[in-house]
Amino acid sequence: MGYVLSQDSFTRVLGKIGLDRRLYAPVNKVGEGRYTDVDVVRYDFISEAAEIEMEKKSDYAFKELLTPLSETLFFFTENEVKEADYDQREVLVFLRACDLHAVKRLDAIYLENGRFPDPFYKRIRDRVKFVLIGCGHSYEDCFCVSMGTNVAPEGYLFSVDLQDGSYYIDVKDQDLAPLFAAEAEAEQEVMARHVTENEVKVSVPADVPLAVYKDPLWDEYTARCINCGRCNFVCPTCTCYTMQDVFYTDNGKVGERRRVGASCMVDGYTNVAGGGQYRRTNGERMRFKVLHKIVDFRKRFGYDMCVGCGRCDQVCPEYISYANIINKVKKAAEGGAANA
Amino acid sequence: MARDINTKKLKKNAFRYSKVRGETASRIRIPGGVINAKSMARIAEVAEEFGNGTIFLTNRQGVEIPGIRLEDMPAVNKAIQAIIDDSGVNQEERDKGYPASGTRNVVACPGSRLCPFGCYDTTALARKMDKMIFPNNLHVKIAFTGCSNDCGKVRMDDFGIIGMTEPQYDPNRCVGCEQCVKFCKIRSVGALSLVNGKVVRDTEKCIGCGVCVAYCPTRAWTRSRDHYFRIVIMGRTGKKNPRLAEDFVKWADEESVFRMIRNCYAYVEEYIDPGAYEGKEHIGYIVDRTGFDEFVKWVMKDVELNDKAEVASRVYWGGKHYDRSNNLM
Repeated sequence: MGYVLSQDSFTRVLGKIGLDRRLYAPVNKVGEGRYTDVDVVRYDFISEAAEIEMEKKSDYAFKELLTPLSETLFFFTENEVKEADYDQREVLVFLRACDLHAVKRLDAIYLENGRFPDPFYKRIRDRVKFVLIGCGHSYEDCFCVSMGTNVAPEGYLFSVDLQDGSYYIDVKDQDLAPLFAAEAEAEQEVMARHVTENEVKVSVPADVPLAVYKDPLWDEYTARCINCGRCNFVCPTCTCYTMQDVFYTDNGKVGERRRVGASCMVDGYTNVAGGGQYRRTNGERMRFKVLHKIVDFRKRFGYDMCVGCGRCDQVCPEYISYANIINKVKKAAEGGAANA
Repeated sequence: MARDINTKKLKKNAFRYSKVRGETASRIRIPGGVINAKSMARIAEVAEEFGNGTIFLTNRQGVEIPGIRLEDMPAVNKAIQAIIDDSGVNQEERDKGYPASGTRNVVACPGSRLCPFGCYDTTALARKMDKMIFPNNLHVKIAFTGCSNDCGKVRMDDFGIIGMTEPQYDPNRCVGCEQCVKFCKIRSVGALSLVNGKVVRDTEKCIGCGVCVAYCPTRAWTRSRDHYFRIVIMGRTGKKNPRLAEDFVKWADEESVFRMIRNCYAYVEEYIDPGAYEGKEHIGYIVDRTGFDEFVKWVMKDVELNDKAEVASRVYWGGKHYDRSNNLM
């Protein structure tokens, strides 16, 4: 059933939903962007409808909830270990269709890849449910249609679209319907909006021969890329992390183990004992990243890792377009010169 | 008709005394160095109609239109009225050109309107400053620059205003990639270090340039909501003792910056050498004469600095003293 709500009434519904849950949504952080007096849209906990950034695409993805940038897993002393406390409340995450598709990728890596599901991911994931934010239009750099992630048919409690100051809600979870019915200005059919065309189009090659791994197309990125890793940190499907074992300096016997986000573009990612480094040049790193997203992941799970949100293209300080690289790979895979 | 020109009035009216007999140049004041394209086109028209068809770009971001006949000054003043209106420069009488030239054009680097490292809107502050201090006959040079790179070369001015941001650190968003540490070392002063996987900022060493914020890939580093300023004072070029401006206040707030500069005008009025040639004396020489403490007493009047601000208790300048020695060593 669909409902139309004013901002105030939607806030009241959120208040009720939020009594025993936390609400996690894209928020416009004023002045917290990279440059002076520039905002950034990233996820945070909210309590009112007005706090949710409904118009702009978020610069950073929702994944920071499921895979925190920095998370203490446990504390240790000489012979004892204590798992870090964590918030056990359910979380409702507001996200767009592409990101809802990204959840499936995160789950694949953390729950289905290997013999055991990752317990630290699972304990958060088990408490997370989703709200779909409809897309009234495509954004610059989006290529969700090419990746088949523009529609989210299921997996959310309700959808929300903001049009002309009113919130259009399509409730999928009937337990929540009475909350909306009590506040709605109108009951009507509501369908979450989605885009059917993006300006950016990519064509993922069905098969990438090994020769493409050696193709000179990657050399360009050795010169252009500055290996800052911003593309990885904004990506909703990048899952890499690294560990920090920290010994508190006062006595050196007590400390904590932290899991922190990692980037396959940043220095140190493939460092191994003895000073070895598997991917030294930024071109090699770019090759690994791109082919992992559109080839290697598919070999294991049967679908592409990339969801076409385009955040990597938007954040790149060197104007490197990952979408364009996909198309170059396609050309190279089909035997043409990638840069022709 | 005999040519009878008051050169004192000519200069005050922002025309230049030229070595070419009978000629002058019109000096267009452009606070912050930003001017609308339409006004730039108008300048070109005036240069074509009254000048010799060339335009000189000054070191202080103004424009000079050379080759103007002295007799055409009234006509030029009328012709540049639209430019003065457009640039918002204070004026006393319409169609009479600029009312003063002593206080020089207020300079600004591109600042945060354009530059990734700019810590504030230098153009806006230069314009605001110009509104406050112009017209004035005292020889005062003020310049704004967005960050410690000092592309505005503000250390050559009486007052150089350098933008600062106080980096805000959220350890929960930090993955320890060390790019801030690396770039602070390469591009700035090396105030950051990694301790137990998180970044520690040496607050004494940090100059507030914002390089860490610019390079942080996760928004663990963000800029402070408030903009801060380093005030450097009494730099100058010249024949006697050219020298760079030295730090007076750091982490100052905008209001204090403006109040101090306004106060400085009163200080100069009080202590300028009454015999100064053409009423022009670099403020630094006045400070050298009155002593630093007297200068501070005047400029700090009614200034309520923010809590973060730090003020130098003493300032020493260097530079070459040609008035003492012209030796190379």
